[in-house]
Amino acid sequence: MMDTRRTTEAGEPVIEARGLHFRAGASHILRGIDLTVERGEVVALLGANGSGKSTLVRSLVGINTPSEGTVRLLGQPLGSGRGAAVDWSRIGYVPQRAGAGGGIPSTAQEVVASGLLHGRRLRLPRGWRDQVESALDQVGLADRMRDPVHLLSGGQQQRILIARALVREPDLLVLDEPVAGVDVASQEAFADTMRRLVDGGLTVLVVLHELGELEPLVTRAVVLGHGKVVHDGAPPRARHDHEGAGRRHRHPHADDNTLGAEARVLDLEVRP
Amino acid sequence: MITLMLTDPFMQRALLAALLVGVTAPVVGTYLVQRKLSLLGDGIGHVALTGVALGWLVGAGMGLTPNDALAVPGAVVAAVVGSVLIEVVRRRGRTSGDLALAIMFYGGIAGGVLLIGIAGGSSGNLMQYLFGSISTVSDADLWLTVVLSLVVLTIGVGLRHALFSVSHDEEFAIASGLPVWALNVVVAVVSALTVTVAMRVVGLLLVSALMIVPVAVAQQVTHAFGRTMLAACVVGVVVCVSGLTITYWHNVSPGATIVVLAIAVYAVVSLVAPLLTRGRPAHDPHPDLPDDVDLPAAATERAAAAAKECR
Repeated sequence: MMDTRRTTEAGEPVIEARGLHFRAGASHILRGIDLTVERGEVVALLGANGSGKSTLVRSLVGINTPSEGTVRLLGQPLGSGRGAAVDWSRIGYVPQRAGAGGGIPSTAQEVVASGLLHGRRLRLPRGWRDQVESALDQVGLADRMRDPVHLLSGGQQQRILIARALVREPDLLVLDEPVAGVDVASQEAFADTMRRLVDGGLTVLVVLHELGELEPLVTRAVVLGHGKVVHDGAPPRARHDHEGAGRRHRHPHADDNTLGAEARVLDLEVRP
Repeated sequence: MITLMLTDPFMQRALLAALLVGVTAPVVGTYLVQRKLSLLGDGIGHVALTGVALGWLVGAGMGLTPNDALAVPGAVVAAVVGSVLIEVVRRRGRTSGDLALAIMFYGGIAGGVLLIGIAGGSSGNLMQYLFGSISTVSDADLWLTVVLSLVVLTIGVGLRHALFSVSHDEEFAIASGLPVWALNVVVAVVSALTVTVAMRVVGLLLVSALMIVPVAVAQQVTHAFGRTMLAACVVGVVVCVSGLTITYWHNVSPGATIVVLAIAVYAVVSLVAPLLTRGRPAHDPHPDLPDDVDLPAAATERAAAAAKECR
């Protein structure tokens, strides 16, 4: 499918953010972010809780409207024109966790099918059931198609959200902590899926708390600190004193918003 | 006896109106429950009352007979304007929105009572709109009901996947480039039209019940959005038609009968549903995955035994 896609103009960045600022009330969350992601890159967005990672990716996909600055996706500006020019069929977004969801139980099939709607396409295409099934198959949940999502475990719900982004066969995948709270076996399965997609030409921007199983795939790391880019280049090593079996349990991936940036130390060692 | 009822022209009109309302109200109600706006119908109903009185006032000013000829069109206009305003307020921010909505609800009722007085009527004239008056459905009312119901059903069913997407996860819909604001306004306008369609059958004060209670019934027996909507429509039609039929032989309020019937169905289903699902064979809900920690041999054995029990 990838080869039939329109490709981004030669040399045009997939994501290009210039001078992004985001203010929520009195807090200045993003303080002048420049970020470029080129075609075929796998960029990890790292930083302590509260450093602005989620706010940044939410600004890049149009959920947050930045107070200042511009975002271009696949060469088209996002924003004032309601992002009408952006080709949304080529972008998949995976939020940090399943939202509160609706008041009515929905099946995995129904939730994943909603990923087939984008831009001006408001109705499901022919053969949508097969597309949904193959997306669920990629995350290993094809047998749960008719199960209500709210009865699945947290890790399975996370995989449903990944399938919802994959179902439109995007060229760019933006993921917000896709493996937070997911066991090692599922993380490995997720890394395998990602490896296959990246080999097929997928561009990835992924918010991570630690590189984990995705480490071999990551081509570049961008580290945020206090709303600014503090590192952009080779993926940093994890701190040695944090390594070991106990580590995962000492960092329960608490909600980004509930912890002040000041309260957490930057969890990464940046190589000079 | 049934043929007697079916040959009565009043009853024919009333039954058709009840049938249409029974289908449309739950379709819209499903989206409202999905986005946790169950009380939106109530809010629109209050605002529609001002529209009824406004229509009456304009009709009286123009010397129309009957003097409530413009009441239903007035309600349609006020409900649509009110629902779009509610959506605007909701978009601005929820905290202040809650208060603004409450003010709009009270303003709707007070405005209606005030305006009907100015129009030379009394608040008694509003009773038929507050509690429904299906037996007085005229041909013109019926046509309006048919047209509005078709509009609501075409949008509610035709755009169901897009409306599901924005109702289920609005942020994902935004990040997919969907016209979220327009779709939200569509839901609001369709809700407004449904309120005015159902106004003659169950009355503005009970409209919301017909949108929400069938969905509450359906939710207990289904686990999918599409099926919930379908089951809710079946429940809606059954309670509307049977409620109306009861009132053909017994002199009770049709609107109240329909709503009480719907709530009775809800109560019965909530008692029966657990018995039905209990016997259903379920597969092991725990996936068979290796643990992140190394377990001692005894624990591994116990885990294997536990897995067997679940099968």
